[in-house]
Amino acid sequence: MAKKTSGFEWEYAPAPESAAIGKLKERYLPFIGGKFVEGNGEEIKTINPATEQPLAVVSTVSTDDVDTAVTAARTAYDTVWSKMPGSERGKYLFRIARGIAERARELAVVETLDNGKPIKESRDVDVPTASAHFFYHAGWADKLQHAGFGPDPKPLGVAGQVIPWNFPLLMAAWKIAPALAAGNTVVIKSAETTPLSILVLAEIIADAGVPPGVVNILTGAGDIGKALVNHPGIDKVAFTGSTDVGRQIQSSLAGTGRKVTLELGGKAANIVFDDAPIDQAVEGIVNGIFFNQGHVCCAGSRLLVQESVAEEVLEKLRTRIGTLRIGDPMDKNTDVGAINSGEQLSKIRELTAVGDAEGAQRWTSPCPVPDRGFFFPPTIFSGVSQAMRIAREEIFGPVLSVLTFRTPDEAVAKANNTPYGLSAGVWTEKGSRILGMAQSLRAGVVWANTFNRFDPTAAFGGYKESGFGREGGRSGLGAYLDTDDVAEGF
Amino acid sequence: MAAKDSGRAAAGERVAVAKTYKLFIGGAFPRSESGRTYQVTDAKGGFAANAAQGSRKDARDAVVAARKAFGTWAGSTAYNRGQVIYRIAEMLEGRRAQFVELVTAGEGLTTSTAAAAVDAAIDRLVHYAGWTDKIASVLGSANPVAGPYFSFSTPEPTGVVAAAAPQDDSFLGLVSVIAPIITSGNTAVVVSSAARPLPAIAFAEVLATADLPAGVVNLLTGDAAEIMPHLAAHGDVNALDLTGCDAELRAALERAAAGTVKRVFAGRQPNFTAPPGTARLRAFLETKTVWHPTGAVALSGGGSY
Repeated sequence: MAKKTSGFEWEYAPAPESAAIGKLKERYLPFIGGKFVEGNGEEIKTINPATEQPLAVVSTVSTDDVDTAVTAARTAYDTVWSKMPGSERGKYLFRIARGIAERARELAVVETLDNGKPIKESRDVDVPTASAHFFYHAGWADKLQHAGFGPDPKPLGVAGQVIPWNFPLLMAAWKIAPALAAGNTVVIKSAETTPLSILVLAEIIADAGVPPGVVNILTGAGDIGKALVNHPGIDKVAFTGSTDVGRQIQSSLAGTGRKVTLELGGKAANIVFDDAPIDQAVEGIVNGIFFNQGHVCCAGSRLLVQESVAEEVLEKLRTRIGTLRIGDPMDKNTDVGAINSGEQLSKIRELTAVGDAEGAQRWTSPCPVPDRGFFFPPTIFSGVSQAMRIAREEIFGPVLSVLTFRTPDEAVAKANNTPYGLSAGVWTEKGSRILGMAQSLRAGVVWANTFNRFDPTAAFGGYKESGFGREGGRSGLGAYLDTDDVAEGF
Repeated sequence: MAAKDSGRAAAGERVAVAKTYKLFIGGAFPRSESGRTYQVTDAKGGFAANAAQGSRKDARDAVVAARKAFGTWAGSTAYNRGQVIYRIAEMLEGRRAQFVELVTAGEGLTTSTAAAAVDAAIDRLVHYAGWTDKIASVLGSANPVAGPYFSFSTPEPTGVVAAAAPQDDSFLGLVSVIAPIITSGNTAVVVSSAARPLPAIAFAEVLATADLPAGVVNLLTGDAAEIMPHLAAHGDVNALDLTGCDAELRAALERAAAGTVKRVFAGRQPNFTAPPGTARLRAFLETKTVWHPTGAVALSGGGSY
């Protein structure tokens, strides 16, 4: 193969989306009891990670405000939401789904400005999938008796939910939609660095006429999340974030009898066999690790490639990655946007430095990197062994660790050799091998000849230390219902 | 066998052969590695037997056995697992009288109440035997995703489950805890009732002769408060069933479980005489979702709406 790192030298004219579409306000307020109210916490300035410039001031809540929100949610549950027929509840969810779709362009811009992800991703994935999630769950609200949890399944009460910064609006939808469909009310806390899109969602919820207190949206840092999940007025806790915080939550809720679901970290293996359609596999590898800058818990961060095709795959991969455009997330041509925060950028730098120190070979995409904002160029480590930290720990950035294998058994052993178990990928043309691998991989989602597909009808969630409980599909709904076989006493 | 057979014989009568009660690990019946035993009394306070007092090392050995058995058991067909669990019921039916006697003596029940419990345990196994090949169709799904992909979700066993069997209901409770764990393909490390461990070890003899692969069920006798914390913190245990633990122990074990994000089933106050629902089955199942492109362009022309 030729030594070139990039087969294409195409120049792209800038194609920026207009920031004005986001209609950003100077100041954003938490949403409690149906009103946007001043929080009693310290104000934060949320910044655009692509420019490091402030976007807006956000009022955050205090622990007293958490209490107020939980009380509002309890009152709404007791007086309105738990008494409303499912068919009526569902109509509110349909309204929210439509509201998101109607303000899709605005939401995409807000999301990209606040998060740093490419506008084409927020526009084509985050926002439409969030709307779809509400639309799907809206339909469940009056069909709970058909969901397989008994003839008259009951909601749990007030759900306390904490979401991460990597898919701010989509994670809000994943949490709020099933909770409301099942008849619960919600207090949800957004991530510290990405509070904006969910507060636009709050406007949509208010405009939909959802009764006050049914959805309460809090802003703040980890201390507020902690106060929320440990609040005695909460019946159900749902958390998406790091395995470390997940452990703390599980531990702090020990003995309370409160229901918990956790969507935590991952270190997915993306396995490429020698009979795979290599060009498609390369696209899948790129999508698997560089989608959303690799800020994806199910990212295909460990490439396991069969030894006989390893060189060919790596060569093609470098060529393809060399064509990825990193830069202004608002540009519709941008493939890789900004790292969400300076803190996350430091973590990525630290772990990749460990990769160097442990003897893996680093390759960095030659693409130009903006001189301001938080950016990290697409990076591949080859010669990675299983013991290295870059093969074991979640980097949560655009960094791929490449390992090789000879036999399918070795691929399975290496893929499963992790405390995580969120997702995995398999690339092969052989049908029986796809199904055999899908069975053998200890992961909650297996993508075969594709990667990073999400749908409200398809359950998503982890094995082992990637957490428990599912989001999406029938099992995701079950996470918000009392499914303890009340009648039988089991 | 318990009190009656180990008791004194009258002059001229045959002296019964008393049984040494041991642990059940990996299909074998070892003594506790610690060498410890403890006295088990019957409901009237009379000597019944010396039982092995399971230790941390025994628990760890049991986890190794359970992990080793997991691949085979989880990978066996649902039909096969159903047949094996049905076989356990068959074996138990044949030794019904022995269990009625053990439960009568251990729990101080009337013979008819004890017999009802043993019958219910046998019937429970038959119930779960019929579940093995229904779980996936009841809990799984084909997912109608909005794109050219075939997507399905299917339940899979969680892995190695450590369970504390009920303290009072020493046999029906034990069977009601074990059966749903193994029905879906998990393997189990079970700590018996501390005061009433004898039915558990007698049940191990049933399991050992019922075509159940070695290591699928491992039974430890002893104190759950001593053994369970090691299992709750064990890195190769995937889930806990805390049915037999009191509230204080439950909280401590749930905290320990958080270290490796174990699934924990604590459930409500169990009533084992009622017919089981699916909560215990669902507690030890994962959902796996698989995606594959369909590759086909819509045959009828497709188009967007």
